[in-house]
Amino acid sequence: MSEYILQLKNISKYFFGVPALKNINLELRKGKMLGLIGENGAGKSTMMNIIGGVIKADEGSMVLKGEEYQPDGPGEATDAGITFIHQELNLFTNLSIEENIYISSFPTIGRLPVISKGAIRTKTRELLDSIDLKLSPDILVEKLSPGERQLVEIAKALSSKPDIIIFDEPTTSLTARETKKLFELINKLRDQGISMIYISHILDDVLNLVDDIVVLKDGEVTDKGAKQDFSIQRMVSSMVGRDLEQMYPERTSKPSNEVVLEVSNLSQSGTIHDVSFKLHKGEILGVFGLMGSGRTEMARIIFGLDPYESGEIAVDGKKITKSSPQNSIRNRIAFVTENRREEGLLMHSTILDNIQLVSLREYAKTILKIVDSKKVTESIKDVVKMLKVKSGPVEKTAPKSLSGGNQQKVVIGKWVMAKPKIFMVDEPTRGIDVGAKYEVYTILNQFASEGSGVLIISSEIEELIGVCDRILVMSKGEIVGEFSASEFDKERIVGSAFRQNVRC
Amino acid sequence: MSARKNPMDTKLQENPEKRMFRIPDLRQGIKRIMVSEYFVLYLSILWFIVMLPVIPNIASSRNLNNIFDFIWPLLAVCVGQTLVLLIAGIDLSQISVIGMTSVIGALFMSNRIDPNVLSDSPLWGTVISENGGIMANSMWAVPVGILMMLLVGSLIGLINGYFIAKLKMPPFMVTLVTQLFVYNLAIFLTKSNNIIGIPKAFTEIGKGKIGFIPVAMIITIVLCVLSQLLLSKTVLGKWIYAVGSNVKASVVSGVPRDGVIMFVYAFSGFCAAFASVIYSGRLEMGRPTLGQTLLMDIVGATIIGGTSMFGGKGKVLWTFFGVLFFVLLTNVLNLFNLDTFTINIVKGLIILLAALFDVIRTKIQANDTKVEKAGA
Repeated sequence: MSEYILQLKNISKYFFGVPALKNINLELRKGKMLGLIGENGAGKSTMMNIIGGVIKADEGSMVLKGEEYQPDGPGEATDAGITFIHQELNLFTNLSIEENIYISSFPTIGRLPVISKGAIRTKTRELLDSIDLKLSPDILVEKLSPGERQLVEIAKALSSKPDIIIFDEPTTSLTARETKKLFELINKLRDQGISMIYISHILDDVLNLVDDIVVLKDGEVTDKGAKQDFSIQRMVSSMVGRDLEQMYPERTSKPSNEVVLEVSNLSQSGTIHDVSFKLHKGEILGVFGLMGSGRTEMARIIFGLDPYESGEIAVDGKKITKSSPQNSIRNRIAFVTENRREEGLLMHSTILDNIQLVSLREYAKTILKIVDSKKVTESIKDVVKMLKVKSGPVEKTAPKSLSGGNQQKVVIGKWVMAKPKIFMVDEPTRGIDVGAKYEVYTILNQFASEGSGVLIISSEIEELIGVCDRILVMSKGEIVGEFSASEFDKERIVGSAFRQNVRC
Repeated sequence: MSARKNPMDTKLQENPEKRMFRIPDLRQGIKRIMVSEYFVLYLSILWFIVMLPVIPNIASSRNLNNIFDFIWPLLAVCVGQTLVLLIAGIDLSQISVIGMTSVIGALFMSNRIDPNVLSDSPLWGTVISENGGIMANSMWAVPVGILMMLLVGSLIGLINGYFIAKLKMPPFMVTLVTQLFVYNLAIFLTKSNNIIGIPKAFTEIGKGKIGFIPVAMIITIVLCVLSQLLLSKTVLGKWIYAVGSNVKASVVSGVPRDGVIMFVYAFSGFCAAFASVIYSGRLEMGRPTLGQTLLMDIVGATIIGGTSMFGGKGKVLWTFFGVLFFVLLTNVLNLFNLDTFTINIVKGLIILLAALFDVIRTKIQANDTKVEKAGA
């Protein structure tokens, strides 16, 4: 047997004549971890779908454990020892941990069609012990944190005793601590001899975790080799095909002293407590905090989606009396929510319908509120061009067929149409590739340079340090730290997010 | 088509026999018809043509008139149901609104009421008497009567909408209770009797013609066109689709969710009352049980048209096709002289098939976009 557990040889795949993969050669070493990176649309998912038996390659062959491997459907892939951990978790939140793990193969009592509760309980307990997850098997998944759910997903994968596990962006919804725990587990699995493929946009993680790296661009392997030979710089330039001098665009303007948004003593029991801050015109203000620190809740309250018990919100010095999304939009506040699928997009409508939604009223001045569709379409085309959204015709294309980065641009475009003077964005670059990230930062920069106040909520500290003028740190619903650009220091900012008592 | 040349060519060279059958083309054609928005119209035409040799009677002018007489009022109710389905709701109370507004109209317009029939009514002596209803023999009786019917219908819908939007109750539950409540209230008010003595000006709306064209057809088409314009051209229409596609995203985008929901249910009640004007006019009476058998026809025809029960997808035009197909189907079954039970069994099966077709069509469309996405 060779040292490779899985080999792809000259794999090509076409969709309606358009090549999605061209002549892919790839080797996964036994008991090692392979990092797969590439921008969205580079062909990573297509390749994984071929390995997972979801689609078939048009050309080329695969060798698994020394034998020809031609899976016919995902079931055969699982039987052959390959399992997936998907980016969007595929757990049933209304079922318990044990039921989720054995959903596809419940052990029965003898030959009766009755589930053997005892058997799944003991087996689940063994599995959970093996990954150090101290939870009772009968807890409902809806009660678990995203990190715990991810671990349950891994336990489920392990239940089929796989030789190869494929991780697709497993850390997107995890906190720093949960991520650390996941990585420890991944290293442990490798020590047990399981081979893994790890797909991620977070290049630091890939570099720390894997043994080999493969870079995909436009359906081709542009670079591969041992991890030791790679630097972040080399990974990025192989991915985007050019040297990306910086990850963050240059700021071209300075914040002014005029306050555009003032929040004073804002409180809502259970979520935020006594939050006060000022956002200036032309400023990019970052809010850093762990999940559950109240950062998203704060933004939702400011925007009028959730109520507050006490405190004050003032826009341009004017106190907001009745807080609602409609009023916020009238006050030119924009809010890009953290979850674009659930709260951002009409996935099945057209891009046009999505982008016009916020500003419809402005394009319908008559009493009958008839939308001036010609005018609105023109404005939308301008926005789409400005944001460089890569898509088919806006009147026909639905967001569900776009890549993550382009979907995010559609959400941003919706708010760009409304010409906001306060731009709140929650995790604006989650799950999108390096190139699209850079473009999102550029858009926010541009808004700041035109005099809008920008508020970025993020759990990626590098990102905030890269783009912000000032960073607030939240923990347990309170603002526990404030750093201006000259004091930016990764360790101190993260430290203050973890320890509420350290005031700066 | 030219875009997929590349892999197709290589494949065809490998299997030369395949080229002769041209299977992909036929399959593409069927696919295209199935995902076309005129699919149900094609189906109706096909049904008509296939049935023509079996029962030639189907094309007689009397039968054609009959078919269209059925279409207009049903279409009016279905337009309301379409909007409700668009926001992923359901309105089960429409059938009772039809009966209730039928009674309301008669209470205003009737010119003579038989004391032997209605003296038990709780309204006897106050609202109605031997001399007729509230506005008996007034020249304003008909306009006011119609106005009150539409008003009461909208109001019942608005109450539904209030419970659903503001109190966040499930539409199925709310409208089911309304159905029961309104139906029994109509029975209670009339002691389950019909109110006759309706002025001729009113019955003309249901039965009359301007030249060759039935009045019912004219007013229903106006209702349809205005509804479609509302959906496709106005801010409110865009909001309705948005709420149906993704409520959370709509609220974040400043769509007044509660207002949209209340409007849609009020409109649904309005449409039911609108249909009631036509139905009552034809019957020449106010009948509390009017419409009670229509629930399956309303929901069935709307869904056959292609409006999705999950919200965000649907058009008035589709509903027209759905109603057309449904009425044609019923008509043929009637011409076969089948009994009601058999007719309903077949109708049920057809609705099931329509739902199945909807699933298949959605799947085809989803596959197409998936391929596009992966190819991009």
